[in-house]
Amino acid sequence: MIIGETPLPEGPLGVDAVAVTMKFGDFLALDNVELKVRPGSFHALLGENGAGKSTLVKCIMGYYHATEGDILVGGREQAIANPKDAHALGLGMVYQHFTLVPAMTVAENLVLARDNVPAVVNWAREKQELEAFLARMPFKVPLNARVSDISAGERQKCEILKQLYLKRRFLILDEPTSVLTPGEADEVLGMLRDMVVNGGLTILMITHKFREVMAFADEVTILRRGKLAGNGKVADLTPDSMARMMIGAEELTVQPPRVGQLGEARLELSKLCAIDDAGAVAVHDVSLTVRGGEIVGIAGVSGNGQRQLVEVLAGQREAESGEVRVRGDLYSASREEMRRHKMSLLPEEPLKNACVGGMSVADNIAFREFDRTPFATRGWWLNRSAFRKDAEHKIGLYKIKTRSPDTPISALSGGNVQRAVLARELGGEVEVLIAANPCFGLDFAAVAQIHAEIMAARNRGAAVLLVSEDLDELLELSDRLVVMFHGQFVHEARASEADLTEIGRHMAGH
Amino acid sequence: MADGSLGLWTVPLAVLGGAIRVSTPFLFVSLGECITERSGRINLGLEGTLVMGAMSAYGISYLSGSPWLGVLAAGITGAMLGALHAGICSLPRVNDIAVGIALMLFGTGLAFYLGKPLIEPTAARLPAIDFGWWSDVPQVRAALRINVLFLIGIALAPILYWAFKTTRWGLLIRTAGESSDAARAMGYSVLAIRLRATMVGGFLSGIGGSFLSLFYPGSWNEGLSSGQGITAVALVIFARWDPMLCLWASLAFGGAAALGPALQSVGVTSGYHLFNAAPYILTLAIMIITCSPKRTLTGAPAELSITR
Repeated sequence: MIIGETPLPEGPLGVDAVAVTMKFGDFLALDNVELKVRPGSFHALLGENGAGKSTLVKCIMGYYHATEGDILVGGREQAIANPKDAHALGLGMVYQHFTLVPAMTVAENLVLARDNVPAVVNWAREKQELEAFLARMPFKVPLNARVSDISAGERQKCEILKQLYLKRRFLILDEPTSVLTPGEADEVLGMLRDMVVNGGLTILMITHKFREVMAFADEVTILRRGKLAGNGKVADLTPDSMARMMIGAEELTVQPPRVGQLGEARLELSKLCAIDDAGAVAVHDVSLTVRGGEIVGIAGVSGNGQRQLVEVLAGQREAESGEVRVRGDLYSASREEMRRHKMSLLPEEPLKNACVGGMSVADNIAFREFDRTPFATRGWWLNRSAFRKDAEHKIGLYKIKTRSPDTPISALSGGNVQRAVLARELGGEVEVLIAANPCFGLDFAAVAQIHAEIMAARNRGAAVLLVSEDLDELLELSDRLVVMFHGQFVHEARASEADLTEIGRHMAGH
Repeated sequence: MADGSLGLWTVPLAVLGGAIRVSTPFLFVSLGECITERSGRINLGLEGTLVMGAMSAYGISYLSGSPWLGVLAAGITGAMLGALHAGICSLPRVNDIAVGIALMLFGTGLAFYLGKPLIEPTAARLPAIDFGWWSDVPQVRAALRINVLFLIGIALAPILYWAFKTTRWGLLIRTAGESSDAARAMGYSVLAIRLRATMVGGFLSGIGGSFLSLFYPGSWNEGLSSGQGITAVALVIFARWDPMLCLWASLAFGGAAALGPALQSVGVTSGYHLFNAAPYILTLAIMIITCSPKRTLTGAPAELSITR
């Protein structure tokens, strides 16, 4: 800030983005976008993945410098060169990916975030001051616990507390509730809403959940493909009108209706136990049967053993005890067993867990069958043209956007990577499908297509185990719902009769 | 017992003396590497730094007549090599392990080249403090002739332990090592933190080298370091990146390294080379006992290229 300038007004800050355009090379990420966040309001920024929400807030926070346009803070134009400048103005951001250091305690993380960390920290005094600060705050966190030992919900509260501890007056929240149970989400957002109403804070929340926009936000700005698609008071809008602004005229894949008969038991887990990378029990005595023609959803806040469970079923992790049976046969996730039982897998983070990033789209699509006819002669001589032909067919069928079948798969967007995996896993016959967070971070079109494919596989008689952190997705797709908490199944319900509050309670371990 | 025949007691005594004498370079290099690795980078070049430190310490001590000036020179040489490692690693798409191996070869090669004229002359050596004055037994007195560097090293371990917990620099180094995203989001330069941490690590390793040439064995030749630098890097992993555990691990390795000569001195000559290999066998044994295919190392800084 320039010395001699009059200080910014007290209390909550307003931030305006005026005609902001942001180019990355040839790519136009933001095109003449307007955003007006009034001081002391709760503003929602809606948009699909890739709509430019993150780019816009990163321009505000000084990570990017807008190609054109201005950022106004407190009604005054500000040149924000880097995040430090933004912090000095009183702007703060809570990131989607946590910025807490997992191996450190909560207290260490809070003190470390300050601009003026003393050369030698007097922990006794700092802890006293932190206690006093926490006493004034709406939510509590354990100061002496290591961040890696506290739950995702507590971490999110910690991130928000960190910003309040740093006396921010304008707070940007990037999808703050993606790791929270519905109950926790309401608690956290409700408390933030109270702070906004009582003055002292302005909030800009990036989200794609209409429910939260309707319940907590005053105003909303909607982006679509880098352009302003609409804005206004939440009271004047409905979820439908907002969705139309978000998606535009794009046609979404229609999900087939739920049809077909319940078949025989296909996938049986009995007393399955697994440990995590740190050696702690992650999956504890889990038993479950999934029958043909049904989707069993596993709900839970991330970090409750779902990942380890899926890894065991995918062959990425050894079970400590217990057994998995597929159609009555003992199953140890070998390639031969997967082929024999027609197992398909949609793991989370498909680029990491289901693809070789540097290999081509065609090669990645061929992984399941590459050493069999027609892709290989006598199991070793690979027929490259067959790879290509099959890939071209599937690229068209599954609407995979890629420059060519020979493009490395890591060059594709998240939605298209998942489509390629979908083409490989669901392209043939499927008897058992295991899907873990298959739509995480994908846009509406990809989500609709993946949901339709999963439902279609179920209707063809596949047994589907769907692990997801998105309750709405589970309620939409599942026939049966199981809640996982601390490595155990704690609750089971028919999806059609499921009670959201009860499921939320079990997810939180109550 | 005034005639000095202690029988089998010689062995534990020699191991104790060895633990004190041999462990010092282990201690300095492992504490230095501990700082570097806690910042999220592995510097395998410390073997080269150690040898360069030994050479420059010997040369400066010879030219100036002051061994302490030699120690300082060794530290500065080490810091410069550390800066070189960190500088190269700051470039995009550079792997710290590969750079470390290159610098290990570079450091030893350069030291042998520059150190050729230093093999003949005798430089002023570091003094020792006689902690064995109370005893008449020459072996006890020999074991307890302790170098000041060893005492500094022993003091350094708890100081580092404290510093990682309660100083700004300690917290920043840990942040850079545990989550570079978090450090960046707070507006700190991860590269600058790692540069400093690698330089301090190099400084300490250089000093470890000066101990080799100026105290024990106490001369400059090309066979001076038999892989102490690289073993000390491994020690940091056993020690779970904890400076206090680095201290105990260094003492254990020093003691193990003294086992062979000690057994030879009491007449156990069969398997001499096997006993000399004790530190390496210990390395393997600890590796095997502590490893597990199912879990990651506890305490490992999350940003290290080997754990990521």
